[in-house]
Amino acid sequence: MPSLIELRDVWYQYNPNSPLSYWALKGIDLKIERGEFISIIGPTGSGKSTLIQHFNGLLKPTKGEVIVDGIEISKTKDLKALRKKVGMVFQYPETQIFSETIYDELAFGLRNYGYSEDEIKERVEDVVKKLGIEYIPLDKSPFLLSGGEMRRVAIASVLAMEPEVFVLDEPLANLDPQGRRELLKEIDYLNRKESLTVIIVSHDLSEVSKYADRIIVLFDGTILMDGPPREIFKNVEKLLEISLGVPQIVELLYTLYKKGADIPYNILDLDEAVRVIVKWRRSLGNRDKLRTIPTT
Amino acid sequence: MAIEISFGQYLPLNSSIHRLDPRIKLIATFISIIFIFIVKNFYGYALLASFLLGLIILSKVPPLYIFRGLKPLIFFILLTFALHLFTTQGTVIFHFWFLKGTMEGLRNGLLMVARFMLLISFSTLLTLTCSPLELTDALESLLSPLKRIGFPSHEIAMMMSIALRFIPVLVEETNRIIKAQVARGADIESGGILSRAKNLIPILVPLFINTFKRADDLALAMEVRCYRGGEGRTRMKEYVLSQSDFLFLFASIIVGIVSVLI
Ligand SMILES: Nc1ncnc2c1ncn2[C@@H]1O[C@H](COP(=O)(O)OP(=O)(O)OP(=O)(O)O)[C@@H](O)[C@H]1O
Ligand SMILES: [Mg+2]
Repeated sequence: MPSLIELRDVWYQYNPNSPLSYWALKGIDLKIERGEFISIIGPTGSGKSTLIQHFNGLLKPTKGEVIVDGIEISKTKDLKALRKKVGMVFQYPETQIFSETIYDELAFGLRNYGYSEDEIKERVEDVVKKLGIEYIPLDKSPFLLSGGEMRRVAIASVLAMEPEVFVLDEPLANLDPQGRRELLKEIDYLNRKESLTVIIVSHDLSEVSKYADRIIVLFDGTILMDGPPREIFKNVEKLLEISLGVPQIVELLYTLYKKGADIPYNILDLDEAVRVIVKWRRSLGNRDKLRTIPTT
Repeated sequence: MAIEISFGQYLPLNSSIHRLDPRIKLIATFISIIFIFIVKNFYGYALLASFLLGLIILSKVPPLYIFRGLKPLIFFILLTFALHLFTTQGTVIFHFWFLKGTMEGLRNGLLMVARFMLLISFSTLLTLTCSPLELTDALESLLSPLKRIGFPSHEIAMMMSIALRFIPVLVEETNRIIKAQVARGADIESGGILSRAKNLIPILVPLFINTFKRADDLALAMEVRCYRGGEGRTRMKEYVLSQSDFLFLFASIIVGIVSVLI
Protein backbone atom coordinates (compact mmCIF):
# COMPACT_ATOMS: atom_id res chain seq x y z
CA MET A 1 0.00 0.00 0.00
CA PRO A 2 1.37 3.46 -0.85
CA SER A 3 1.99 6.00 1.90
CA LEU A 4 -1.05 8.04 2.88
CA ILE A 5 0.70 11.29 2.00
CA GLU A 6 3.92 11.55 0.10
CA LEU A 7 5.80 14.70 -0.90
CA ARG A 8 8.60 14.44 -3.42
CA ASP A 9 10.99 17.36 -3.60
CA VAL A 10 8.25 19.94 -3.09
CA TRP A 11 9.07 23.61 -3.62
CA TYR A 12 6.57 26.39 -3.17
CA GLN A 13 6.93 30.03 -4.17
CA TYR A 14 4.58 32.85 -3.15
CA ASN A 15 4.02 35.67 -5.66
CA PRO A 16 6.04 34.12 -8.48
CA ASN A 17 7.53 36.47 -11.10
CA SER A 18 7.47 39.56 -8.94
CA PRO A 19 9.86 41.42 -6.68
CA LEU A 20 7.85 40.08 -3.74
CA SER A 21 8.40 36.45 -4.69
CA TYR A 22 9.36 34.22 -1.80
CA TRP A 23 10.30 30.56 -1.60
CA ALA A 24 8.37 29.28 1.42
CA LEU A 25 9.22 25.61 0.86
CA LYS A 26 12.56 24.45 -0.49
CA GLY A 27 12.70 20.81 -1.42
CA ILE A 28 10.50 18.94 1.04
CA ASP A 29 10.65 15.13 0.97
CA LEU A 30 8.16 13.51 3.29
CA LYS A 31 6.20 10.30 3.76
CA ILE A 32 3.28 10.06 6.15
CA GLU A 33 1.85 6.64 6.97
CA ARG A 34 -1.62 5.66 8.15
CA GLY A 35 -2.20 5.92 11.88
CA GLU A 36 0.76 8.15 12.66
CA PHE A 37 0.54 11.00 15.15
CA ILE A 38 2.82 13.64 13.72
CA SER A 39 3.72 17.04 14.99
CA ILE A 40 5.15 19.65 12.65
CA ILE A 41 7.24 22.12 14.61
CA GLY A 42 8.99 25.24 13.44
CA PRO A 43 9.53 28.89 14.30
CA THR A 44 7.30 31.62 12.87
CA GLY A 45 7.57 31.87 9.11
CA SER A 46 9.27 28.51 8.68
CA GLY A 47 6.57 27.33 6.26
CA LYS A 48 4.39 25.10 8.45
CA SER A 49 1.06 26.47 7.25
CA THR A 50 2.28 26.50 3.67
CA LEU A 51 3.34 22.86 3.96
CA ILE A 52 0.07 21.51 5.34
CA GLN A 53 -2.00 23.30 2.70
CA HIS A 54 -0.32 21.03 0.18
CA PHE A 55 -1.87 17.99 1.85
CA ASN A 56 -5.39 18.81 0.66
CA GLY A 57 -4.64 20.67 -2.54
CA LEU A 58 -5.34 24.20 -1.29
CA LEU A 59 -1.87 25.00 -2.56
CA LYS A 60 -0.22 23.26 -5.49
CA PRO A 61 3.55 22.81 -5.46
CA THR A 62 5.51 25.14 -7.71
CA LYS A 63 7.90 22.22 -8.24
CA GLY A 64 7.69 18.59 -7.17
CA GLU A 65 4.85 16.17 -6.47
CA VAL A 66 2.27 15.67 -3.74
CA ILE A 67 0.67 12.25 -3.67
CA VAL A 68 -2.26 11.55 -1.36
CA ASP A 69 -3.52 8.00 -1.13
CA GLY A 70 -1.87 7.15 -4.45
CA ILE A 71 -3.32 10.16 -6.29
CA GLU A 72 -1.16 13.03 -7.47
CA ILE A 73 -2.98 16.20 -6.51
CA SER A 74 -1.76 18.36 -9.39
CA LYS A 75 -3.41 15.92 -11.78
CA THR A 76 -6.68 15.06 -10.06
CA LYS A 77 -9.93 16.85 -10.91
CA ASP A 78 -11.73 15.71 -7.80
CA LEU A 79 -10.21 17.93 -5.13
CA LYS A 80 -13.48 17.87 -3.20
CA ALA A 81 -13.09 14.16 -2.49
CA LEU A 82 -9.49 14.79 -1.44
CA ARG A 83 -10.60 17.46 1.00
CA LYS A 84 -12.97 15.06 2.70
CA LYS A 85 -10.15 12.58 3.12
CA VAL A 86 -7.80 15.22 4.54
CA GLY A 87 -9.72 17.23 7.13
CA MET A 88 -8.02 20.53 7.78
CA VAL A 89 -8.46 22.88 10.71
CA PHE A 90 -6.90 26.29 10.14
CA GLN A 91 -5.22 28.63 12.58
CA TYR A 92 -7.92 30.35 14.68
CA PRO A 93 -10.71 28.22 13.19
CA GLU A 94 -13.30 30.05 15.31
CA THR A 95 -13.07 32.95 12.85
CA GLN A 96 -14.66 30.80 10.12
CA ILE A 97 -17.91 30.22 12.05
CA PHE A 98 -21.00 31.63 10.32
CA SER A 99 -24.09 29.53 11.09
CA GLU A 100 -27.11 30.52 13.13
CA THR A 101 -26.95 27.47 15.35
CA ILE A 102 -24.14 25.23 16.52
CA TYR A 103 -25.90 22.31 14.90
CA ASP A 104 -25.83 23.98 11.47
CA GLU A 105 -22.17 24.81 11.89
CA LEU A 106 -21.33 21.21 12.69
CA ALA A 107 -23.47 20.01 9.77
CA PHE A 108 -21.96 22.42 7.22
CA GLY A 109 -19.28 20.09 5.90
CA LEU A 110 -21.59 17.09 5.90
CA ARG A 111 -24.24 18.98 3.92
CA ASN A 112 -21.62 19.98 1.38
CA TYR A 113 -20.92 16.30 0.84
CA GLY A 114 -24.58 15.46 0.41
CA TYR A 115 -25.23 13.39 3.52
CA SER A 116 -28.87 12.72 4.44
CA GLU A 117 -30.28 14.65 7.39
CA ASP A 118 -30.50 11.42 9.42
CA GLU A 119 -26.86 10.63 8.88
CA ILE A 120 -25.93 14.20 9.65
CA LYS A 121 -27.81 14.11 12.96
CA GLU A 122 -26.10 10.90 13.92
CA ARG A 123 -22.63 12.17 13.09
CA VAL A 124 -23.13 15.52 14.77
CA GLU A 125 -24.23 13.84 17.99
CA ASP A 126 -21.27 11.53 17.74
CA VAL A 127 -18.66 14.23 17.18
CA VAL A 128 -20.03 16.38 19.97
CA LYS A 129 -19.35 13.53 22.38
CA LYS A 130 -15.91 12.89 20.97
CA LEU A 131 -14.82 16.45 21.58
CA GLY A 132 -16.50 16.78 24.96
CA ILE A 133 -18.95 19.54 24.10
CA GLU A 134 -22.17 17.60 24.58
CA TYR A 135 -23.12 19.92 27.42
CA ILE A 136 -23.66 22.81 24.99
CA PRO A 137 -27.20 23.04 23.55
CA LEU A 138 -26.92 22.56 19.80
CA ASP A 139 -29.67 25.04 18.96
CA LYS A 140 -27.74 27.89 20.56
CA SER A 141 -25.96 30.51 18.45
CA PRO A 142 -22.25 29.71 18.15
CA PHE A 143 -21.48 33.38 18.65
CA LEU A 144 -22.62 33.22 22.25
CA LEU A 145 -19.94 30.66 23.14
CA SER A 146 -16.61 31.40 24.77
CA GLY A 147 -13.54 31.51 22.54
CA GLY A 148 -12.41 28.06 23.65
CA GLU A 149 -15.83 26.55 23.02
CA MET A 150 -16.00 28.17 19.61
CA ARG A 151 -12.63 26.62 18.83
CA ARG A 152 -13.97 23.20 19.73
CA VAL A 153 -17.09 23.65 17.63
CA ALA A 154 -14.94 24.66 14.66
CA ILE A 155 -12.67 21.67 15.16
CA ALA A 156 -15.67 19.39 15.57
CA SER A 157 -17.18 20.65 12.32
CA VAL A 158 -14.18 19.28 10.44
CA LEU A 159 -14.01 16.09 12.46
CA ALA A 160 -17.69 15.43 11.73
CA MET A 161 -16.76 14.78 8.11
CA GLU A 162 -14.85 11.71 9.34
CA PRO A 163 -11.61 12.43 7.56
CA GLU A 164 -8.82 9.87 7.27
CA VAL A 165 -6.19 12.42 8.17
CA PHE A 166 -6.85 15.19 10.65
CA VAL A 167 -4.58 18.20 10.12
CA LEU A 168 -4.67 20.97 12.72
CA ASP A 169 -2.77 24.26 12.41
CA GLU A 170 -1.80 25.47 15.89
CA PRO A 171 -5.04 24.27 17.50
CA LEU A 172 -3.74 25.08 20.98
CA ALA A 173 -2.93 28.78 20.49
CA ASN A 174 -4.86 30.99 22.92
CA LEU A 175 -6.35 28.10 24.90
CA ASP A 176 -5.90 27.78 28.65
CA PRO A 177 -3.64 24.97 29.93
CA GLN A 178 -6.55 22.74 30.84
CA GLY A 179 -8.21 23.31 27.46
CA ARG A 180 -4.96 22.36 25.79
CA ARG A 181 -4.53 19.16 27.73
CA GLU A 182 -8.12 18.09 27.15
CA LEU A 183 -8.09 18.80 23.44
CA LEU A 184 -4.82 16.93 23.01
CA LYS A 185 -6.12 13.99 25.00
CA GLU A 186 -9.24 13.77 22.87
CA ILE A 187 -7.26 13.91 19.66
CA ASP A 188 -4.84 11.33 21.02
CA TYR A 189 -7.77 9.09 21.87
CA LEU A 190 -9.08 9.32 18.28
CA ASN A 191 -5.61 8.49 17.02
CA ARG A 192 -5.27 5.39 19.18
CA LYS A 193 -8.83 4.08 19.23
CA GLU A 194 -10.01 4.99 15.75
CA SER A 195 -6.58 4.95 14.08
CA LEU A 196 -7.12 8.47 12.80
CA THR A 197 -3.93 9.86 11.30
CA VAL A 198 -3.17 13.13 13.09
CA ILE A 199 -0.91 15.99 12.05
CA ILE A 200 -0.61 18.88 14.49
CA VAL A 201 1.28 22.07 13.75
CA SER A 202 2.84 23.86 16.68
CA HIS A 203 5.82 25.96 17.56
CA ASP A 204 6.27 24.51 20.98
CA LEU A 205 7.65 21.02 21.44
CA SER A 206 6.58 20.72 25.04
CA GLU A 207 2.89 20.68 24.21
CA VAL A 208 2.75 17.79 21.83
CA SER A 209 5.85 15.70 22.45
CA LYS A 210 3.97 13.53 24.91
CA TYR A 211 1.50 12.38 22.27
CA ALA A 212 3.28 12.62 18.95
CA ASP A 213 5.15 9.55 17.82
CA ARG A 214 7.01 11.54 15.22
CA ILE A 215 8.20 15.13 15.11
CA ILE A 216 9.13 17.03 11.99
CA VAL A 217 11.14 20.17 12.61
CA LEU A 218 10.78 22.73 9.86
CA PHE A 219 13.21 25.59 9.50
CA ASP A 220 13.34 28.16 6.72
CA GLY A 221 11.35 26.01 4.31
CA THR A 222 13.34 22.83 4.78
CA ILE A 223 13.05 19.80 7.04
CA LEU A 224 15.72 20.15 9.70
CA MET A 225 14.91 17.03 11.72
CA ASP A 226 12.45 14.18 11.41
CA GLY A 227 12.09 11.43 13.96
CA PRO A 228 10.55 10.25 17.23
CA PRO A 229 10.56 12.83 20.07
CA ARG A 230 13.36 11.00 21.86
CA GLU A 231 15.63 11.39 18.88
CA ILE A 232 14.63 15.01 18.38
CA PHE A 233 15.40 15.91 22.00
CA LYS A 234 18.95 14.75 21.56
CA ASN A 235 19.47 17.99 19.67
CA VAL A 236 18.28 20.33 22.42
CA GLU A 237 21.02 22.81 21.67
CA LYS A 238 19.99 23.16 18.04
CA LEU A 239 16.29 23.43 18.95
CA LEU A 240 16.95 26.22 21.42
CA GLU A 241 19.16 27.93 18.88
CA ILE A 242 16.31 28.24 16.39
CA SER A 243 14.12 29.51 19.25
CA LEU A 244 11.74 26.59 19.58
CA GLY A 245 10.10 25.80 22.89
CA VAL A 246 11.58 22.68 24.47
CA PRO A 247 9.97 21.02 27.53
CA GLN A 248 11.45 22.70 30.58
CA ILE A 249 12.31 19.36 32.13
CA VAL A 250 14.40 18.46 29.08
CA GLU A 251 16.16 21.80 29.32
CA LEU A 252 16.81 21.19 33.01
CA LEU A 253 18.26 17.73 32.48
CA TYR A 254 20.33 19.05 29.59
CA THR A 255 21.77 21.77 31.81
CA LEU A 256 22.69 19.16 34.44
CA TYR A 257 24.21 17.01 31.73
CA LYS A 258 26.34 19.86 30.48
CA LYS A 259 27.60 20.43 34.01
CA GLY A 260 28.86 16.88 34.13
CA ALA A 261 25.93 14.81 35.39
CA ASP A 262 25.80 11.44 33.70
CA ILE A 263 22.10 11.43 32.78
CA PRO A 264 20.09 11.16 29.60
CA TYR A 265 18.12 14.30 28.77
CA ASN A 266 15.94 13.13 25.88
CA ILE A 267 13.05 12.14 28.13
CA LEU A 268 9.37 12.65 27.45
CA ASP A 269 7.59 13.44 30.70
CA LEU A 270 7.92 14.34 34.34
CA ASP A 271 7.65 10.76 35.67
CA GLU A 272 10.50 9.64 33.53
CA ALA A 273 12.55 12.66 34.57
CA VAL A 274 12.01 11.83 38.23
CA ARG A 275 13.14 8.27 37.63
CA VAL A 276 16.23 9.42 35.77
CA ILE A 277 17.16 11.89 38.49
CA VAL A 278 16.59 9.42 41.33
CA LYS A 279 18.69 6.83 39.58
CA TRP A 280 21.46 9.33 39.00
CA ARG A 281 21.36 10.46 42.64
CA ARG A 282 21.63 6.86 43.83
CA SER A 283 24.54 6.17 41.51
CA LEU A 284 26.41 9.01 43.12
CA GLY A 285 26.27 7.27 46.49
CA ASN A 286 27.61 9.53 49.20
CA ARG A 287 27.33 13.29 49.44
CA ASP A 288 30.95 14.04 48.63
CA LYS A 289 30.52 12.91 45.09
CA LEU A 290 27.47 15.13 44.70
CA ARG A 291 29.58 18.16 45.55
CA THR A 292 31.69 17.60 42.49
CA ILE A 293 28.79 18.95 40.43
CA PRO A 294 29.31 22.70 40.29
CA THR A 295 26.30 24.66 41.41
CA THR A 296 26.53 27.68 39.22
CA MET B 1 -9.77 30.80 -6.14
CA ALA B 2 -7.80 33.48 -4.34
CA ILE B 3 -8.58 37.15 -4.86
CA GLU B 4 -5.88 39.45 -6.13
CA ILE B 5 -6.08 43.20 -6.07
CA SER B 6 -3.45 45.18 -7.91
CA PHE B 7 -5.11 48.58 -7.62
CA GLY B 8 -3.42 50.76 -5.08
CA GLN B 9 -0.73 48.17 -4.68
CA TYR B 10 2.52 49.41 -3.26
CA LEU B 11 5.87 47.87 -4.16
CA PRO B 12 8.29 48.55 -1.33
CA LEU B 13 11.51 48.88 -3.30
CA ASN B 14 14.47 51.10 -2.63
CA SER B 15 14.84 53.49 -5.55
CA SER B 16 15.37 57.18 -6.10
CA ILE B 17 11.70 57.51 -7.08
CA HIS B 18 10.53 55.76 -3.92
CA ARG B 19 12.61 58.11 -1.82
CA LEU B 20 11.06 61.26 -3.27
CA ASP B 21 8.78 63.32 -1.07
CA PRO B 22 5.24 61.94 -1.46
CA ARG B 23 3.80 65.47 -1.65
CA ILE B 24 6.01 66.22 -4.63
CA LYS B 25 5.09 62.93 -6.27
CA LEU B 26 1.42 63.68 -5.81
CA ILE B 27 1.71 67.20 -7.22
CA ALA B 28 3.96 66.11 -10.11
CA THR B 29 1.56 63.31 -11.06
CA PHE B 30 -1.29 65.78 -10.94
CA ILE B 31 0.63 68.16 -13.19
CA SER B 32 1.50 65.39 -15.65
CA ILE B 33 -2.15 64.36 -15.78
CA ILE B 34 -3.23 67.91 -16.59
CA PHE B 35 -0.69 68.09 -19.41
CA ILE B 36 -1.84 64.71 -20.72
CA PHE B 37 -5.25 66.29 -21.20
CA ILE B 38 -3.88 69.38 -22.92
CA VAL B 39 -1.48 67.66 -25.33
CA LYS B 40 -2.96 67.48 -28.83
CA ASN B 41 -0.50 65.50 -30.99
CA PHE B 42 1.52 62.29 -31.03
CA TYR B 43 4.88 64.01 -30.52
CA GLY B 44 3.68 65.32 -27.18
CA TYR B 45 2.50 61.88 -26.12
CA ALA B 46 5.74 60.32 -27.31
CA LEU B 47 7.67 62.74 -25.12
CA LEU B 48 5.45 62.09 -22.09
CA ALA B 49 5.73 58.35 -22.69
CA SER B 50 9.52 58.49 -22.78
CA PHE B 51 9.48 60.56 -19.58
CA LEU B 52 7.28 57.89 -17.99
CA LEU B 53 9.57 55.15 -19.23
CA GLY B 54 12.53 56.91 -17.66
CA LEU B 55 10.69 57.15 -14.36
CA ILE B 56 9.73 53.48 -14.47
CA ILE B 57 13.34 52.50 -15.05
CA LEU B 58 14.50 54.76 -12.20
CA SER B 59 11.83 53.33 -9.89
CA LYS B 60 13.03 49.72 -10.49
CA VAL B 61 9.37 48.67 -10.80
CA PRO B 62 9.06 45.78 -13.29
CA PRO B 63 7.14 47.18 -16.33
CA LEU B 64 4.86 44.16 -16.00
CA TYR B 65 3.28 45.83 -12.97
CA ILE B 66 2.32 48.87 -14.99
CA PHE B 67 0.70 46.67 -17.62
CA ARG B 68 -1.18 44.83 -14.93
CA GLY B 69 -2.75 48.15 -13.97
CA LEU B 70 -3.91 48.58 -17.57
CA LYS B 71 -5.32 45.10 -18.00
CA PRO B 72 -8.73 45.55 -16.35
CA LEU B 73 -9.40 48.60 -18.55
CA ILE B 74 -8.49 47.09 -21.90
CA PHE B 75 -12.10 46.60 -22.92
CA PHE B 76 -12.95 50.17 -22.02
CA ILE B 77 -9.96 51.48 -23.96
CA LEU B 78 -10.84 49.45 -27.07
CA LEU B 79 -14.44 50.60 -26.89
CA THR B 80 -13.36 54.24 -26.77
CA PHE B 81 -11.08 53.63 -29.72
CA ALA B 82 -13.89 52.07 -31.77
CA LEU B 83 -16.30 54.86 -30.90
CA HIS B 84 -13.88 57.49 -32.11
CA LEU B 85 -12.92 55.52 -35.19
CA PHE B 86 -16.46 55.10 -36.42
CA THR B 87 -18.20 58.26 -35.27
CA THR B 88 -15.77 60.96 -36.40
CA GLN B 89 -16.69 62.66 -39.68
CA GLY B 90 -14.01 62.83 -42.39
CA THR B 91 -12.27 60.91 -45.17
CA VAL B 92 -13.55 57.36 -45.22
CA ILE B 93 -10.72 54.86 -45.33
CA PHE B 94 -12.59 51.57 -44.88
CA HIS B 95 -16.05 50.06 -44.41
CA PHE B 96 -16.98 47.57 -41.78
CA TRP B 97 -20.52 46.27 -42.03
CA PHE B 98 -22.60 49.47 -41.95
CA LEU B 99 -19.86 51.45 -40.18
CA LYS B 100 -17.40 53.80 -41.82
CA GLY B 101 -13.90 54.15 -40.43
CA THR B 102 -12.39 57.57 -41.11
CA MET B 103 -8.85 58.86 -41.17
CA GLU B 104 -9.71 61.52 -38.59
CA GLY B 105 -11.43 58.88 -36.48
CA LEU B 106 -8.33 56.72 -36.52
CA ARG B 107 -6.24 59.67 -35.43
CA ASN B 108 -8.63 60.70 -32.66
CA GLY B 109 -9.01 57.11 -31.50
CA LEU B 110 -5.28 56.57 -31.24
CA LEU B 111 -4.84 59.87 -29.38
CA MET B 112 -7.55 58.81 -26.97
CA VAL B 113 -5.89 55.43 -26.39
CA ALA B 114 -2.54 57.10 -25.78
CA ARG B 115 -4.18 59.53 -23.37
CA PHE B 116 -5.86 56.77 -21.36
CA MET B 117 -2.82 54.56 -21.17
CA LEU B 118 -0.63 57.43 -20.03
CA LEU B 119 -3.17 58.54 -17.43
CA ILE B 120 -3.45 55.10 -15.91
CA SER B 121 0.27 54.38 -16.11
CA PHE B 122 1.22 57.63 -14.37
CA SER B 123 -1.21 57.04 -11.52
CA THR B 124 -0.25 53.37 -11.25
CA LEU B 125 3.38 54.40 -10.93
CA LEU B 126 2.38 56.80 -8.14
CA THR B 127 0.63 54.12 -6.10
CA LEU B 128 3.39 51.60 -6.77
CA THR B 129 6.05 53.93 -5.40
CA CYS B 130 4.12 55.62 -2.56
CA SER B 131 2.84 53.62 0.37
CA PRO B 132 -0.83 54.33 1.21
CA LEU B 133 0.36 55.95 4.40
CA GLU B 134 2.66 58.34 2.55
CA LEU B 135 -0.11 59.18 0.12
CA THR B 136 -2.56 60.12 2.84
CA ASP B 137 0.14 62.05 4.67
CA ALA B 138 0.77 63.96 1.48
CA LEU B 139 -2.92 64.58 0.96
CA GLU B 140 -3.40 65.80 4.50
CA SER B 141 -0.45 68.10 4.24
CA LEU B 142 -1.63 69.51 0.90
CA LEU B 143 -5.19 69.98 2.14
CA SER B 144 -4.23 71.47 5.49
CA PRO B 145 -4.59 75.11 4.33
CA LEU B 146 -8.29 74.32 3.90
CA LYS B 147 -8.57 73.67 7.64
CA ARG B 148 -8.99 77.40 8.15
CA ILE B 149 -12.31 77.32 6.37
CA GLY B 150 -13.41 74.34 8.47
CA PHE B 151 -12.54 71.54 6.07
CA PRO B 152 -11.85 68.35 8.11
CA SER B 153 -8.64 67.50 6.26
CA HIS B 154 -7.09 65.52 9.12
CA GLU B 155 -10.18 63.40 9.67
CA ILE B 156 -10.52 62.67 5.99
CA ALA B 157 -6.85 61.72 5.69
CA MET B 158 -7.16 59.49 8.78
CA MET B 159 -10.23 57.74 7.38
CA MET B 160 -8.49 57.23 4.08
CA SER B 161 -5.36 55.83 5.63
CA ILE B 162 -7.33 53.42 7.81
CA ALA B 163 -9.38 52.27 4.83
CA LEU B 164 -6.29 51.82 2.66
CA ARG B 165 -4.41 50.14 5.45
CA PHE B 166 -7.09 47.51 5.83
CA ILE B 167 -7.57 46.63 2.17
CA PRO B 168 -4.73 44.08 2.15
CA VAL B 169 -5.79 42.80 5.56
CA LEU B 170 -9.32 42.20 4.31
CA VAL B 171 -8.09 40.55 1.14
CA GLU B 172 -5.91 38.22 3.17
CA GLU B 173 -8.70 37.50 5.61
CA THR B 174 -11.11 36.76 2.74
CA ASN B 175 -8.68 34.34 1.17
CA ARG B 176 -8.15 32.65 4.52
CA ILE B 177 -11.88 32.21 5.10
CA ILE B 178 -12.41 30.96 1.56
CA LYS B 179 -9.73 28.35 2.15
CA ALA B 180 -11.23 27.29 5.46
CA GLN B 181 -14.70 26.84 3.95
CA VAL B 182 -13.36 25.10 0.85
CA ALA B 183 -11.54 22.71 3.17
CA ARG B 184 -14.97 21.86 4.60
CA GLY B 185 -16.23 20.99 1.15
CA ALA B 186 -17.80 24.35 0.28
CA ASP B 187 -18.27 24.96 -3.42
CA ILE B 188 -17.72 28.56 -4.31
CA GLU B 189 -17.21 28.50 -8.03
CA SER B 190 -19.98 26.39 -9.50
CA GLY B 191 -23.76 26.59 -9.77
CA GLY B 192 -26.22 29.21 -10.98
CA ILE B 193 -26.42 32.79 -9.77
CA LEU B 194 -28.73 31.96 -6.91
CA SER B 195 -26.67 29.11 -5.51
CA ARG B 196 -23.53 31.15 -5.99
CA ALA B 197 -25.01 33.97 -3.96
CA LYS B 198 -25.95 31.44 -1.31
CA ASN B 199 -22.42 30.07 -1.36
CA LEU B 200 -21.14 33.50 -0.41
CA ILE B 201 -22.87 33.43 2.97
CA PRO B 202 -20.24 31.23 4.67
CA ILE B 203 -17.61 33.69 3.47
CA LEU B 204 -19.32 37.03 4.01
CA VAL B 205 -20.73 36.38 7.48
CA PRO B 206 -17.40 35.59 9.14
CA LEU B 207 -15.76 38.38 7.15
CA PHE B 208 -18.24 40.95 8.48
CA ILE B 209 -18.07 39.67 12.03
CA ASN B 210 -14.28 39.71 12.05
CA THR B 211 -14.19 43.15 10.46
CA PHE B 212 -16.55 44.64 13.05
CA LYS B 213 -14.47 43.10 15.80
CA ARG B 214 -11.35 44.53 14.25
CA ALA B 215 -12.90 48.00 13.92
CA ASP B 216 -13.93 47.80 17.57
CA ASP B 217 -10.41 46.83 18.63
CA LEU B 218 -8.92 49.59 16.55
CA ALA B 219 -11.23 52.22 18.02
CA LEU B 220 -10.37 51.04 21.52
CA ALA B 221 -6.65 50.99 20.78
CA MET B 222 -6.83 54.55 19.46
CA GLU B 223 -8.78 55.68 22.46
CA VAL B 224 -6.42 54.20 25.06
CA ARG B 225 -3.62 56.04 23.32
CA CYS B 226 -5.60 59.23 23.80
CA TYR B 227 -6.28 59.87 20.14
CA ARG B 228 -8.29 63.10 19.98
CA GLY B 229 -8.15 64.06 16.34
CA GLY B 230 -5.53 66.15 14.61
CA GLU B 231 -5.46 69.14 16.98
CA GLY B 232 -1.90 69.83 18.06
CA ARG B 233 -0.58 66.53 16.81
CA THR B 234 3.00 66.37 15.59
CA ARG B 235 4.41 63.67 13.36
CA MET B 236 7.20 61.27 13.97
CA LYS B 237 8.54 61.67 10.47
CA GLU B 238 8.60 65.19 9.02
CA TYR B 239 8.99 65.33 5.28
CA VAL B 240 11.84 67.56 4.21
CA LEU B 241 12.13 68.68 0.61
CA SER B 242 15.46 67.87 -0.98
CA GLN B 243 17.16 68.89 -4.17
CA SER B 244 16.02 65.83 -6.08
CA ASP B 245 12.42 66.67 -5.15
CA PHE B 246 12.70 70.07 -6.79
CA LEU B 247 14.51 68.55 -9.73
CA PHE B 248 11.73 66.02 -10.24
CA LEU B 249 9.01 68.64 -10.00
CA PHE B 250 10.87 70.92 -12.38
CA ALA B 251 11.41 68.08 -14.89
CA SER B 252 7.71 67.17 -14.79
CA ILE B 253 6.70 70.76 -15.54
CA ILE B 254 9.26 71.23 -18.32
CA VAL B 255 8.38 67.91 -19.99
CA GLY B 256 4.70 68.84 -19.77
CA ILE B 257 5.17 72.29 -21.31
CA VAL B 258 7.44 71.02 -24.07
CA SER B 259 5.05 68.22 -24.98
CA VAL B 260 2.23 70.74 -25.33
CA LEU B 261 4.35 73.07 -27.49
CA ILE B 262 5.83 70.56 -29.96
N1 LIG C 1 0.06 34.79 1.00
C1 LIG C 1 1.39 34.97 1.12
N2 LIG C 1 2.06 35.78 0.28
C2 LIG C 1 3.38 35.96 0.40
N3 LIG C 1 4.16 35.37 1.31
C3 LIG C 1 3.56 34.55 2.18
C4 LIG C 1 2.14 34.30 2.14
N4 LIG C 1 1.84 33.44 3.13
C5 LIG C 1 3.01 33.17 3.75
N5 LIG C 1 4.04 33.82 3.19
C6 LIG C 1 5.45 33.75 3.61
O1 LIG C 1 5.88 32.42 3.60
C7 LIG C 1 6.63 32.09 4.77
C8 LIG C 1 6.03 30.90 5.44
O2 LIG C 1 4.74 31.23 5.90
P1 LIG C 1 3.85 30.22 6.73
O3 LIG C 1 2.54 30.87 6.98
O4 LIG C 1 3.83 28.90 6.06
O5 LIG C 1 4.69 30.13 8.09
P2 LIG C 1 4.34 29.38 9.44
O6 LIG C 1 5.46 28.45 9.70
O7 LIG C 1 2.97 28.82 9.37
O8 LIG C 1 4.41 30.58 10.51
P3 LIG C 1 3.49 30.84 11.81
O9 LIG C 1 4.05 30.07 12.92
O10 LIG C 1 3.66 32.33 12.01
O11 LIG C 1 2.08 30.48 11.47
C9 LIG C 1 6.61 33.34 5.62
O12 LIG C 1 7.88 33.94 5.57
C10 LIG C 1 5.58 34.24 5.03
O13 LIG C 1 6.02 35.58 5.06
MG1 LIG D 1 1.16 29.23 10.30
